Amino acid sequence: MKALLVRDIKLAFRAGGGFGLGLAFFLIVTVLVPFSVGPQQALLGSIAPGVLWLGALLACLLSLDRLLALDFEDGTLDLLVTSPLPLEGAVSVKALAHWITTGLPLVLAAPVLGVLLNLPPAGFGWLVASLALGTPALSVIGTFGAALTVGIKRGGLLLSLLVLPLYVPTLIFGAEAARRGALGLDPATPLLMLAGITFATVGLMPFASAAVLRMGLR
Amino acid sequence: MSIWQYANPVKFLSLSAKVQPVLWVAAGFCVVVGLIWGFFGTPDDFRQGSTVKIIYLHVPAALMAINAWFMMLITSLIWLVRRHHVSVLAAKAAAPVGMVMTVIALVTGAIWGQPMWGTWWAWDPRLTSFLILFLFYLGYIALWEAIEDPDTAADLTSVLCLVGSVFAVLSRYAVQFWNQGLHQGTSVPVATGGRTVSDVFFYPLVMCMVGFGLLFLALVLYRTGTEIRLRRTAALRARAGGNV
Repeated sequence: MKALLVRDIKLAFRAGGGFGLGLAFFLIVTVLVPFSVGPQQALLGSIAPGVLWLGALLACLLSLDRLLALDFEDGTLDLLVTSPLPLEGAVSVKALAHWITTGLPLVLAAPVLGVLLNLPPAGFGWLVASLALGTPALSVIGTFGAALTVGIKRGGLLLSLLVLPLYVPTLIFGAEAARRGALGLDPATPLLMLAGITFATVGLMPFASAAVLRMGLR
Repeated sequence: MSIWQYANPVKFLSLSAKVQPVLWVAAGFCVVVGLIWGFFGTPDDFRQGSTVKIIYLHVPAALMAINAWFMMLITSLIWLVRRHHVSVLAAKAAAPVGMVMTVIALVTGAIWGQPMWGTWWAWDPRLTSFLILFLFYLGYIALWEAIEDPDTAADLTSVLCLVGSVFAVLSRYAVQFWNQGLHQGTSVPVATGGRTVSDVFFYPLVMCMVGFGLLFLALVLYRTGTEIRLRRTAALRARAGGNV
């Protein structure tokens, strides 16, 4: 499992792996927001938590179709399915690798982009906390979507159509926690709900993803 | 005699051929009578005026939109457990019907909301949940279309239906947490434990609900029959050796 994790992370970092693409996308979305809504500092500050959450979510989505498709094309996925390693474990590791290469950089970059959007000072800590708690759920749910669409040619658009509705609860609680934090309210409730969603999805979704992969590759 | 004998497509088709005419007539009768009764036989509401009458389309459509997904959930489970093809084809057949019901509920809701709330759309929990439900239907149908092998498609869409149901419920509560609403509570007495709509409006409403339910059944049976025959045609062609 460790070897698989290291392999996936290495592949993502090396040339053509697409590491950094998600980050660049996040940056560009954030930069485009003031162009579309206007440069008023107050307005930007009030929408910053939501915009940053949405940007992070879309950046996560962007790298999902590479998550399993590349392994499917070169046959690695078939080996994983037939290997003694439980497929659930392999899928979890792949999701973890996706989180380390996509989710974690987004979490680290979010405060910097928060400055661009005039996020209130009280909000930075809660934004990072909510993103750190929420992005693992995005990766795990995304892995399920990737597993569903793995055999389909040009499945990228379909993947977003399937995954985005599944992201709704995570987005609501995550953005709400960040928003309350930025306004100086108590963000404990949405943060706890978000943690619940993350732990539940991390615990349960790999089973669904593995089942779907077995069906798709039968 | 058990319900499982209808997992045999031949038996299913012969039964559905017998039942369908009855269902169509009953559904047509209920919907037509219910709507005419509702539109012309009831007084105007003293605050809402005649706009209240859109309830006879709105509530039954919303009811069936949710029940259609529920039915798909059950038939998907049956497919995953017992591998009856008729079951999963029924789920496939129900999806577009459910989606249309969702759209009807959303559109009539917007038309009703404009004079009543002064807005076509509000980010109210019920409205938002329905929009999300619509997205789930869209994804489900798109996944069916995208996969070529019918059995794989059936498997994957069934799992999507199960996972989607969990997330649909989650979204429902998340959305409720996120924003308080304008929409009134449910009008279905089983869910509220008591009557929230007065008798004058209630009886035609029940008539419409029954009518929509029957209409849904008839449509699903009809569409399932079509799907079964499509499968058969494909099988015959494959056997004949032609390029399918």
